[in-house]
Amino acid sequence: MKYMLLIHQGDTPTPRDPEWEGLPEEEKQAVYADYKALNETPGVSPGLQLQPPETATVVRVESGSTLTTDGPFAEVKEAIGGYLLFEADDLDAAIELAARIPAARMGGAIEVRPIAEW
Amino acid sequence: MVAILEQAFRDRWGYVLAALIGFLGDFDLAEEAAQEAFAIAAERWPRDGAPANPGAWLVATGRNRAIDRIRRNRTLAEKTRLLEVPEAAEDTVETTTFPDERLELIFTCCHPALAVDAQVALTLRTLGGLATAEIARAFLVPEATMAQRLVRAKRKIRAAGIPFRVPPGHLLPDRLTAVLAVVYLIFNEGYGGRGELAAEAIRLGRALAELMPDEPEVHGLLALMLLHDARREARRHDGDLVLLADQDRSLWDAGQIAAGREALDRGLALRGRGPYVLQAAIAGLHAVEPRDWPQIAALYGELARVTRSPVVELNRAVAVAEADGPEAGLRIVEGLDLDGYRYLHSTRGELLRRLGRTGEARAAYRRALELVHDDAERRLIERRLAELGAPS
Repeated sequence: MKYMLLIHQGDTPTPRDPEWEGLPEEEKQAVYADYKALNETPGVSPGLQLQPPETATVVRVESGSTLTTDGPFAEVKEAIGGYLLFEADDLDAAIELAARIPAARMGGAIEVRPIAEW
Repeated sequence: MVAILEQAFRDRWGYVLAALIGFLGDFDLAEEAAQEAFAIAAERWPRDGAPANPGAWLVATGRNRAIDRIRRNRTLAEKTRLLEVPEAAEDTVETTTFPDERLELIFTCCHPALAVDAQVALTLRTLGGLATAEIARAFLVPEATMAQRLVRAKRKIRAAGIPFRVPPGHLLPDRLTAVLAVVYLIFNEGYGGRGELAAEAIRLGRALAELMPDEPEVHGLLALMLLHDARREARRHDGDLVLLADQDRSLWDAGQIAAGREALDRGLALRGRGPYVLQAAIAGLHAVEPRDWPQIAALYGELARVTRSPVVELNRAVAVAEADGPEAGLRIVEGLDLDGYRYLHSTRGELLRRLGRTGEARAAYRRALELVHDDAERRLIERRLAELGAPS
């Protein structure tokens, strides 16, 4: 099975937030180390980090013309901050990997979505 | 004969379905195959006699039918584990026994990635063999709603890759807690009136105790359900609630109480001190007259430490009031943050009444009355209020 793990930021501070500076040094190091370990876990295809939702642009096509509007679409708390792909035996393995993502314990949440296979 | 067959089928449904899911790797396919096998049995057994090993016969027959079906439908075959399986000979039914995979099945049905109401419905459908219409009736929802709930749950199991297995050791304690919670939820749904659900929960509890004989909490839950259910007949009189102290003990099911004690002893012998073992131990003490209130209070204290539940503290207060007097019980009650809980107020009312603080007792009972939903409970509180007499 292939899963996409969508990282919802919630209150998780990231290095671009002022709150990040308030974290103890060892916690910051732990976050970096955890992400590194995750990305090196067999089956994981590392994803990319996204800019915050206020940088988003929303595009729709109606009657053939392109409508462009300023985001954000989602509240920052609900916004997706990043993702990774994981090839695993079953959902239990994906849940265990999700629980290792630092955002899960720092006020965010991980959405585990199976990838459709045809 | 039909009734005997039905009972035999109900008893074996979970085992047969679990074995077929284990083999086929697909809930819907397994359910169809199981239904087909039972239909063939219903036709043949009355005519030819039941086979020596009915469970194995049903699994083998279901398996053969499923293989037939899959041969007719190659795309389906590609989605199942059957590609790796050697072809089964037509209509030869082996006498080998198949492994009991009901535990794998219940852990799949009670996986935390499924909503709790879906866990309950799936467990009743797959292990209990209840029809969708029966489950819908028991939970007071339209049959179409229940059918939809089951379809969605089975789809998620397949699409999200919820494993069909007994969880590995590091996941087992949490997952077992979830399984026991589902069984107890089914029991309580039945204990509130729909007796067939309570009986079903006890059947599930017995199966778990047989399948996981080393888990003390499994025996604790079974004991708890048996001890509570044994008093079902005595709990209501003409539709009114009868409190434990006033119950007619000749209505208690002595055999079931004995079975409950036996299960409790097994849980205790395994050094169980979890919430179900403790609750069963308390229920066991409640079944003995005169009641050992200090011991009951001590067990509630232990249970409150395990569960951190203020409702358990309230129960401890009642036991303490019996052991050490209403004043001591009231002191615990006054410290609880449970204002929206009707039993807090009815308990307070009772303790205040015993202390002769009638006006305060009356106010407490009135507050309980505001919060009550159940008619039988309402009448009980109204009786208590009437006994206090008119306000002076």
